[in-house]
Amino acid sequence: MSVRARTAFGAVLGATVLAVLPGCGGGTSTAPNGGNSHPKTLTYWASNQGASLEDDKAKLTPELQAFEKQTGIKVKLEVVPWSDLLNRILAATTSGQGPDVMNIGNTWSASLQATGALLPFTDANFAKIGGKDRFQASALGSTGAAGKPPTAVPLYSLSYALYYNKKLFGQAGISKPPATWNELVQDGKKLTTGGHTGLAIEGASIPENTHHAFVFAKQHGGDFFDAQGNPTFTAPGVAEGVKQYVDFVAGDKIASPSDAEYAQNESVRDFASGKAAMILWQAGGKNFQSHGMKPDDYGVAPVPVQSGAPGQGQNVNSMVAGINMAVFKNTGNLDGALKFVQFMTSDAEQKKLNSEYGSIPAVKTAAQDPAFATPEQNILRTTIATSATPMPQVPKESQFEQVIGSALKDLLADAAAGRPVTLESVRSRLAKAQQQM
Amino acid sequence: MTTTAHREAPPGARETGPGAPRRRPFRIPDRVRRGGLPYLLLLPAILLELIVHVIPMVLGVAMSFKELTQFFIREWWKAPWTGWDNYRVVVKVNGPIGHALLSSFLVTCAFTVLAVGLSWLLGTAAAILMQDGFRGRGFLRALFLTPYALPLYASVIVWAFMFQHDNGIVNHVLHDQLHLTGKPTFWLLGDNSFYSLVIVSVWRNWPFAFLVVVAGLQNIPRELYEASAIDGAGIWQQIRRITLPSLRPVNQVLVLVLFLWTFNDFSTPYVLFGQAPPAGGDLVSLHIYQSSFITWNFGEGSAMSVLMLLFLGLVTAVYLLVTSRRRGARA
Amino acid sequence: MPDRSPMAPPRSFVWTRRVVLTLLTVFSALPVYVMLSSSLKPLQDVAGTFHWFPERLTLRPYIDMWRTVPLAHYFANSIIVSVGATVCSVVVAIFAAYAVSRYRFKGRRVFTVTVLSTQMFPGILFLLPLFLIYVGVGNATGLALSGSRGGLILTFLTFSLPFSIWMLVGYFDSIPEGLDEAAMVDGCGPLGALFRVVIPASLPGIVAVAIYAFMTAWSEVLFASVMTNDATRTLAVGLRAYATETDVYWNQVMAASLFVSVPVVAGFLLLQRYLVAGLTAGAVK
Repeated sequence: MSVRARTAFGAVLGATVLAVLPGCGGGTSTAPNGGNSHPKTLTYWASNQGASLEDDKAKLTPELQAFEKQTGIKVKLEVVPWSDLLNRILAATTSGQGPDVMNIGNTWSASLQATGALLPFTDANFAKIGGKDRFQASALGSTGAAGKPPTAVPLYSLSYALYYNKKLFGQAGISKPPATWNELVQDGKKLTTGGHTGLAIEGASIPENTHHAFVFAKQHGGDFFDAQGNPTFTAPGVAEGVKQYVDFVAGDKIASPSDAEYAQNESVRDFASGKAAMILWQAGGKNFQSHGMKPDDYGVAPVPVQSGAPGQGQNVNSMVAGINMAVFKNTGNLDGALKFVQFMTSDAEQKKLNSEYGSIPAVKTAAQDPAFATPEQNILRTTIATSATPMPQVPKESQFEQVIGSALKDLLADAAAGRPVTLESVRSRLAKAQQQM
Repeated sequence: MTTTAHREAPPGARETGPGAPRRRPFRIPDRVRRGGLPYLLLLPAILLELIVHVIPMVLGVAMSFKELTQFFIREWWKAPWTGWDNYRVVVKVNGPIGHALLSSFLVTCAFTVLAVGLSWLLGTAAAILMQDGFRGRGFLRALFLTPYALPLYASVIVWAFMFQHDNGIVNHVLHDQLHLTGKPTFWLLGDNSFYSLVIVSVWRNWPFAFLVVVAGLQNIPRELYEASAIDGAGIWQQIRRITLPSLRPVNQVLVLVLFLWTFNDFSTPYVLFGQAPPAGGDLVSLHIYQSSFITWNFGEGSAMSVLMLLFLGLVTAVYLLVTSRRRGARA
Repeated sequence: MPDRSPMAPPRSFVWTRRVVLTLLTVFSALPVYVMLSSSLKPLQDVAGTFHWFPERLTLRPYIDMWRTVPLAHYFANSIIVSVGATVCSVVVAIFAAYAVSRYRFKGRRVFTVTVLSTQMFPGILFLLPLFLIYVGVGNATGLALSGSRGGLILTFLTFSLPFSIWMLVGYFDSIPEGLDEAAMVDGCGPLGALFRVVIPASLPGIVAVAIYAFMTAWSEVLFASVMTNDATRTLAVGLRAYATETDVYWNQVMAASLFVSVPVVAGFLLLQRYLVAGLTAGAVK
């Protein structure tokens, strides 16, 4: 390279490095800890809750206009598909350039909290949005690690329920939905006949697998993490729980082997079309109806437990599912962002949006509204309030989902291929997963 | 990289050696030449390569020496330096992370060899068989090129659709109609996923090989065939003695390009299997993506990428050295 | 294409040709057929057991696909980004290839080797750094690179640059330098020679490079998924939006894929003879 070229190379390299290093560039980048440099606008990343991105936009836009009317703040909405959401948040976190307010899956709360990019909801900040006590306690349990101020507030709450096909139950002579797993397996065997299967599961879905693994382990007294947040995948109870779930395909054979490759809500379709008689799903009603199933055709019941009735401890029957709302710490419109959070968690908006999405308000008073007293929502509401437990609130939650979800996917694939799944094979697969942490 | 392929066999008497006296190609005043017209012409390309490839690369390499987990990504430049720790973790083949990387690497190697080999074979076979005119040749050529022109997502998702266990066309044909298998096969789970991935990759890439070989065939002088026909050589002998040897320089480049594309392929397994591929479809790019973007350890992910880059560089260098020397020896 | 020999090929050859080409035809056409037939079925039928022929034909997917996803918008983005990247890539590659082909200068080898070796870079290694650079440049200069179409054009044009330069160098080398010299005797400068002689003589090579650059930008998934937003999302990632929280609209995704592919495939097939010609004279000499 000539001297000149070398100089040019150096100049470009230097300029770019300077531009990349924050603080050297000047410009209009936002303050590191938030401020109010652009008080009239907000950028909001919403997750995909409705039937399509366009559907979400149509549902949210009128609300955002109402907010603008109230406060004069214009909200720029972007509905981010789930396939991109976490990557976009990561990129925003790393670069400091992101939205002011965003939706996150509530299981990501502790992971994102650890990055320090989200605004902590201290008591002072909670006071600005109307107080902490308005929110459902279990939903608040899924907003960050214990002992630290949460970095998100619950927006839409969900829990699992057991949905069953009334007609198929009638044909099999089953009068009421199962309340324990034993009953479910017995019923499932009766229902697995003539081209139908007892239960549909989403066997290749990472989040679904992880949620079920977590709850089944809990029911066996097992926990994936100890109090210090260290993984304990080989603790007593964990393998038993996981095996019980995998056995729906392997031992009990009440779920179809082909469910092992489902990752795009094919199980919902199988249930809605009557191919499967039962499914464990979060607020599935809207989904089944969009597949043409009539509300009278399916019944809803709490997710079964090992014995007794759903409750706490080993009788939990769902994780606390839902969507949280977080404020990006270096927002240029801190006050506006908090106003927006307050608006979205106000009773009126909670009622409206949650009933459109089929979820349950995260705000207690709104959840008591008669609009949420359908049989389905009663069960979801009761589950959230009494027998749901938050997913592990540890920084490595997203790794946990990835490795456990994959482990179950592999185990279910083994089961589907007809290979035996034993407590030993489950345990060794879990041990391998723990090493990957 | 591939530049040496034709550079070292200059068509004319142009000197390329560093020590050779510089010839003046045109009557451009020395002043202009020294004034750096070539550098000016190269400037846009150099700038672009710097901004989009070289500097990010340097940053990426720097990241591989940092503990860049979720605790530090927000102020990544402040993340602690870890020296060679990330590398130690990813090359420790009896540790879980190194072991997973190694098996992913081996799967990728096997996949690359098979996919490149098949793409080359199909492309070459089709090009040679279609060298002589016959009715429908134009149509077939258009059909064969179509997979290459389809958007990647569309072409992979249609294969995912076809490979479904219950409703896919592949099982419908093999199981329901031809009764070749005792029960429907899982194509997207377990070990079969490897072959599914190879099939999709070959389907997308063989048209490129076809195209390049078709072009290469046009450079073979007709006289060679005529002379051998006079000697009484049949068509198979012509293919073996004239066509294939003449294609060797084309193949040298083609195989290398296919190798790099296939080895680095991220999109095909990602669209086919999602973020949690079965072991048989766990290509190294996807594996690194998981390590960086899903488990949020960009330091380790970068270290893995750097190792892969070194591997590709080594393979490319050796490949070029060997193939060029062979050509040189023959010449 | 020149025939190999005037003699009729032997039967063994003809039969091999028939068998191999038939198999390849099935292999190539099958997914395209599945795409087409699925795009004409109602969703329940697509999601159910596969049938070779649609039992109920419908054109609804071709209507609904515009509403489920802002397809027209993504399509426009893809066209803008791909065409922009193609034009810039071709221009930059022409200048660079001309310099490499016609001048002996210090650093020539370093340049060619460096540029070509970027083909080996795993995208995943520099995805995040590149994003950081774009944001940094944006903060420093006010140029919106991250999330903008301009940033995508910049990225994609550079992806196709190495191969394009290399192909064009090969092509330019095949044009006798005597032509340049003649032009310069007529009073053209080196750039005049480039524009009046070399570029017109290299059109097939340039078209070939353009096709390659377009296809590269058209299909890119990884960078587009992180570097685009609602307003700038391209088709390559936008088509994924047919898989939503509630369902995968298989018939619509197939319809949309076919619809957006038709112009590209048609253009590609129309121009493919240039691609062959460009490759013939350039890259694979």
